[in-house]
Amino acid sequence: MTIATRPIAVAPRSLFAFPRWLEGFPITPALILLLIAFVAVFADVLAPYDPQIGSLRLRYRPPAWQDGGSMAHLLGTDHVGRDVLSRLIFGARVSMVVGLTAVLFAGAVGTILGIVSGYLGGWVDQVIMRVSDAWLALPALTFAIFLAAIVGPSELNIIIILGLVYWTRYARVIRGEVLSLKQREFVRLAIVAGCPKRVIMWRHILPNVLNSAVVLGTLMLGVVIVTEAALSFLGVGVPPPKPAWGLMMADGKQGLMVGHWWLSVLPGICIMLMVLSANLLGDWLRVKLDPQLRQL
Amino acid sequence: MSKELLLSLENLSAHYVSQQGERVVRAVDGVTLGLGAGETLGIVGESGSGKSTLALTILRLLPPAARIVSGRMMFEGENLLDKSDTEMRRVRGKRIAMILQDPMASLNPLFSIGNQVGEPIRVHEGASRGSAWERAVGLLKSVRIASPETRVTQFPHEMSGGMRQRIVGAIGISCEPRLLIADEPTTSLDLTIQAQYLNLLRDLQREHGLALIFITHNLGIVAKMCDQLAVMYAGRVVEQGPVSRIFTAPAHPYTKALLGSIPRMTDNREQLTAIEGQPPDLASLPPGCAFAPRCPAAFDRCHAEEPPEFALGEGRTARCWLVAPDTGTAANTRTEANGPTIGSGVT
Amino acid sequence: MKQYIIRRAGYSLLSLFLLSLTIFLFVRVTGDPASLLVEPGASQDDIDNLRHQFGLDQPLWVQFWLFLRSFLTGDLGHSFYYRTPVLDLYFERLPNSLLLASVAMVLSLVIGIPSGVLAAVRVGGFWDNAGKVFTLLGLSLPSFFIGLVLILFFTVYLGWLPSSGSGTAAHVVMPAFTLGWYFAAAHMRLTRSSMLEVLGSEYVKLARLKGLPEALVIGKHAFKNALIPVITLAGINLVVMINVAVVVETVFAWPGIGRLLYEGITFRDFPIVQTVVVLGGSMIILVNLFVDILYAMIDPRIRLES
Repeated sequence: MTIATRPIAVAPRSLFAFPRWLEGFPITPALILLLIAFVAVFADVLAPYDPQIGSLRLRYRPPAWQDGGSMAHLLGTDHVGRDVLSRLIFGARVSMVVGLTAVLFAGAVGTILGIVSGYLGGWVDQVIMRVSDAWLALPALTFAIFLAAIVGPSELNIIIILGLVYWTRYARVIRGEVLSLKQREFVRLAIVAGCPKRVIMWRHILPNVLNSAVVLGTLMLGVVIVTEAALSFLGVGVPPPKPAWGLMMADGKQGLMVGHWWLSVLPGICIMLMVLSANLLGDWLRVKLDPQLRQL
Repeated sequence: MSKELLLSLENLSAHYVSQQGERVVRAVDGVTLGLGAGETLGIVGESGSGKSTLALTILRLLPPAARIVSGRMMFEGENLLDKSDTEMRRVRGKRIAMILQDPMASLNPLFSIGNQVGEPIRVHEGASRGSAWERAVGLLKSVRIASPETRVTQFPHEMSGGMRQRIVGAIGISCEPRLLIADEPTTSLDLTIQAQYLNLLRDLQREHGLALIFITHNLGIVAKMCDQLAVMYAGRVVEQGPVSRIFTAPAHPYTKALLGSIPRMTDNREQLTAIEGQPPDLASLPPGCAFAPRCPAAFDRCHAEEPPEFALGEGRTARCWLVAPDTGTAANTRTEANGPTIGSGVT
Repeated sequence: MKQYIIRRAGYSLLSLFLLSLTIFLFVRVTGDPASLLVEPGASQDDIDNLRHQFGLDQPLWVQFWLFLRSFLTGDLGHSFYYRTPVLDLYFERLPNSLLLASVAMVLSLVIGIPSGVLAAVRVGGFWDNAGKVFTLLGLSLPSFFIGLVLILFFTVYLGWLPSSGSGTAAHVVMPAFTLGWYFAAAHMRLTRSSMLEVLGSEYVKLARLKGLPEALVIGKHAFKNALIPVITLAGINLVVMINVAVVVETVFAWPGIGRLLYEGITFRDFPIVQTVVVLGGSMIILVNLFVDILYAMIDPRIRLES
């Protein structure tokens, strides 16, 4: 005889019964990012006009849905008559290229140094950690501005600068992971088997920290893009006339006071969409790949 | 015939339900217990047996994921389950109080002792700060803390572990409750202090006419402090009754094993008997008796059907097929015991 | 206790050293630091003088020593544009940045703390979800975007607030809000997690067991404890705010050190840039040191474990 239990209501199953591992996948952000990537790759074909050539006759045309706008320039023109839509499209390329490359660069450097620092320990660890602490004391933007002022802005320089500024974030996290990995059985076995340190780090440690590195990468992507935009805004980012979203917003400031809002607002929306999507994707990845990383 | 019970739990069940409603953890299952005024009941079990959850259930302080699904909790003649949140709040601390296990964690590091001891008095009796403070000093004295006037202004980190646990005790009795529930109060204390603390609790009980529920895994404490004993396993009460009777002649195999695993000076056994296996996962219990997988005396019926509680006479019950009347190992007299017993396994 | 302070201070000193070394090396890594350190349009004589003054023809460690010495004696160079010592310019503008950061900090706490508490107390409820959205937006919206949109609404469309300069309370509203937005999200997040942790603690459980009304449990017992890490972070963030305000100060033409930095890069006035960066980093290192020591004085547990 069992004791009767009041029936407990079971929550209805979701309409979209995804396979377990795909559960909660942020479709919209992923689509947005794919769209931006697509636009970046096919910018030459997609953009209706040359982003760097403008006609002064056509300056400050508002977007098509406002008075004075036309379908010829869907999103209006800027202060020297360049088509905003085309500049936004090419700007996507800049953001994507700079963002992804910088994140990969910072990630590579940071992961390697994190592994080396965490695994080897000793003075190597001390040096790397102290340097990264000192560099972390400087806010990323300030540091980036400093470096840009020294070497002068160019697309390549910006990527290197961002990499230099952000590797420290990776190194700390990866190092922490490596420290706990060192205690695990399979690493100890490899050591006992006489595996040289280099091999252990490459074959055993590295694959296991890749998860964290990837998650960190998606989270950093948003941050890097905002920083790049800030640098462009301040005039030390990717140099004109190449269209960068931040730069467009800086240009737009003059027109803002007389109501030419689209120059400042539209690129900002693009930045926001890209960063939001990257962050949401990163959050989802973080939960999926490694619950331990929830504290990130 | 039966004296008026202070606390009577009847077929009480509390289950944790997971978000999707798939996993149900039967943390407290069909518990029937009774306690008279001024009596001491010991609740014994391994970790995960549901004893702490039972205490929180009585006070209706279960986390949101848990639900009381059946049963009654009668306290001083009222069903606690019928009370509103506000009414229940007035019961807590004032009529039923509880002491937690870790005294360092139980005390808020940022507030003075006097503040924390006087707090229930201010809240429940509307006392002023001044009078609550004085009462706090008095309470510290009654739990035998030296120089209470100085202590009352100090902060928790300035006290030793034993002192903190006494302070927690003082908080417990501050509003003169009828029932005090102590959840493993001595587990985090040094051995040398444990005995002192237990004596203190017993004295307080006598002075204030408190009923005491002692939750512990230590049978030695039960032997010293308790009149009645309830043994819990996997959320169910598997055996209960007067302490002395159970100790002399345990009925349930689990109780036997627990008692057998205590080393005694008079033992001349070669080995300690440990209980094989692990406590079960409360979300996926096997069919039949929950203890069957680990039970040395289990037979077929045990694995198939859950045994109900059988009355054994002299106020004892046991939830085991071995003592079922048709198995012929126990007397069949029904006594008053602790209120109506659940079914008697009539075949 | 003393041991801890000494060790901690030594650590900060090392960080300061490494910071200045980094800055020093980066300047010299470009090959010809003279091009940075000299005014545009200077004569060859001037350039040679400069080389000598900075010891650019000397070995690296001598140069570093000169570099350090000049900083320690307060000589951080002269601005080309303003023709005054940069340090003077810095301290002239610092109060403005401090004012902006303070207002922004107050705003971020006023918005962040209550919403964090609400989010934690009703986990999964409306406030929690709204808070999650807010956090996400705070992290994703660049500050200059917020600033420009605010100007669009409040200056251009509504004409309520001025878009540049300083001087009146009206001037500070939009910049402070823009600067504080990101930090409001950060503070909200921390308050929420700190509050959640405290709500799960034993003393909160005991407070409920005492039969205290929920408002007292949360307001008295939980809140004060949860606030500790938030205040710590806020203290450090104040200094961080001053340093990252460069974008906000540029958008709103606020005369603080952020704007000074902007001028430095726009006018290619390197001494300004170097000074702002060095002082900014040093400020942050020192604030961290100060907060850690303060903490150790209050909480005896920290001293023991380090």
